[in-house]
Amino acid sequence: MFGIPVNMLIFQIFTGVVLGMIFILLAIGLSLIFGLLTVVNFAHGAFYMWGAYVALLCMGYFGNFWVGLMIVPLVTGAVGMAIEYLLVRRLYGLNPDYPLLLTFGISLTMIEAIRILFGTTGYPFNAPVFLQQSVNFFNLFSFPLYRIFVILVTAVIIFSLWLFLEKTNVGLIIRGGTRDSEMVRVLGIDISKIWLMVFGIGTGLAGLAGILAAPMRGVYPEMGVAMLVECFVVTVIGGMGSLKGAVISGLLLGQVVSLTSLFRPEMSNIVIFIAMAVVLLIKPSGLFGISGLLE
Amino acid sequence: MFIESRLKIFFQWVSDHSALMIIIVLAIIPFLLPYEALATQMIIWGLLALGYNILYGYTGLLSFGHAAYFGLGAYTTGIVLIRTHCSLLAGIGAGVLVSCIGATVIGFFCLRRRGIYFALLTMAFAQMLYFTASIWESLTGGEPGLRNIPHPPLEIPGLFSLNIYTPLRFYFFVWACVVVSLLLLNRILESPFGKVLQGIRENEKRAKALGYNTNQIKWLSFILSGTFSGLAGALHTLYIHFVGLEQLYWETSGKILLMTLLGGPGTFFGPFIGAGAFLYLEDIISGFTQYWMIVLGPIFVLCVLFFPQGIWGTIRHWTDQYKEAGMKRG
Repeated sequence: MFGIPVNMLIFQIFTGVVLGMIFILLAIGLSLIFGLLTVVNFAHGAFYMWGAYVALLCMGYFGNFWVGLMIVPLVTGAVGMAIEYLLVRRLYGLNPDYPLLLTFGISLTMIEAIRILFGTTGYPFNAPVFLQQSVNFFNLFSFPLYRIFVILVTAVIIFSLWLFLEKTNVGLIIRGGTRDSEMVRVLGIDISKIWLMVFGIGTGLAGLAGILAAPMRGVYPEMGVAMLVECFVVTVIGGMGSLKGAVISGLLLGQVVSLTSLFRPEMSNIVIFIAMAVVLLIKPSGLFGISGLLE
Repeated sequence: MFIESRLKIFFQWVSDHSALMIIIVLAIIPFLLPYEALATQMIIWGLLALGYNILYGYTGLLSFGHAAYFGLGAYTTGIVLIRTHCSLLAGIGAGVLVSCIGATVIGFFCLRRRGIYFALLTMAFAQMLYFTASIWESLTGGEPGLRNIPHPPLEIPGLFSLNIYTPLRFYFFVWACVVVSLLLLNRILESPFGKVLQGIRENEKRAKALGYNTNQIKWLSFILSGTFSGLAGALHTLYIHFVGLEQLYWETSGKILLMTLLGGPGTFFGPFIGAGAFLYLEDIISGFTQYWMIVLGPIFVLCVLFFPQGIWGTIRHWTDQYKEAGMKRG
């Protein structure tokens, strides 16, 4: 097709799914935090980057990827909760621009702290040995095992998050709080605990995305910056505050980026913004957005 | 009591003659600072923040992509000067024109959404320009930046020609541009149009109910803001004879925002005070450490938490309280 071998095309689609999964992990966190707390977390990219660096430390201390995979979301989640509790919380109820500015300042600090502690150059990061092989399908195409692993992990997380949001009481409170947090409070629920938890979940997922992406994309202080902007595009297209929107638009944009880099590699960074402009022209509230939310 | 009343009169006079005050102060600072280059930098970034303030401070629209217009102005002036060897003013004019067109197009798209989405959209479009500039190497020079920009003299053919590339002369060339912009902007902000902008910031629905086409007015504010930022970009190119890719990067947008926030959004002096304070701080801190963001980030956080009105806004707030207290006593 278009002079490109089919197996290459399929490989690229597969790569797009993996990229989409990383997008989704970040976008879900952004979207949840925005939906419930009405905070656009500009530090989300920094948490993603911290995830990768904490993973690096874990590899150094324990020499074990799996320990890192357990510890990283806990660490970034805890840092996120501390930041929510100490700083972001003071700005609730004010103009939503302020938390955005605050998290921007936090993100500058977090990036610079890493530059000071680990230096400005990047580090390589190896996937666990047994995941470094490739899987061969019908002798036609072979996929790196690690990327399949990333897809599986993310799928499990998306599914359990969905279960958590749809089937548990806390999930019900979160969904209710997204619609109308005042009403939830009137019903006697201490929503500030839920805020703390959601911020922790969101930043924890960002850290998890960081460690999962590290073996594929390397570890460097600015790794979160471009990713953050792309995830903003994902959430703008999918509609903020919508889990379904984040998942579908993440997968969609993963494909868009990945296929563009096959046909017109130089356009791969730009195409995502063109896609956004098109969606906004056709459907300004995004694909699954709650229209009118924080406008 | 004597000093008190003098202080009151002084502040009253300052706020009555705000444009004149800036013009005078800006004419003095190159002689007060350790070197003129710092003053030039301050005044260019001040102009940029001034342009940004139209949109954020006066209209209440948080843009996270003003690097785009700064960069558009900078690149266009540089490219036009290199390619056509035209006169200085034509080069600046081209830069301003292109950033005006850029702001018109981007503003059209961004203003389809409001609030947070607007901020994200402006940022996304700025990043789009950044990536475009980085891959269009034949035009922009790509990653290493645009070099070999000529030094055309300031001239009106047949009348006079002046080499402006000594530090002090260049400062006053920029100063003249800033003065013209300030007077223009002062006129605009004091006009009914300027009042409508502030009305939109305070309550858009009410402005709409009064019969104003708020979408068009916001668009106009966006264009104005982008155009002034473009002028700052054009001057910046002439100042360092180089356009770096990082001028389009989102950290530049953050820097502009921080300067405005530091100085006091929505105040006439704010942008210049913010740009001055920021660059002076940068100058001092980078003497101690190369990692000056580690200082900048917390300052930003503290500003948002405790001084959202910025330096000038806080001073004005204090003097207002002082005045009120004085009135109660008197």
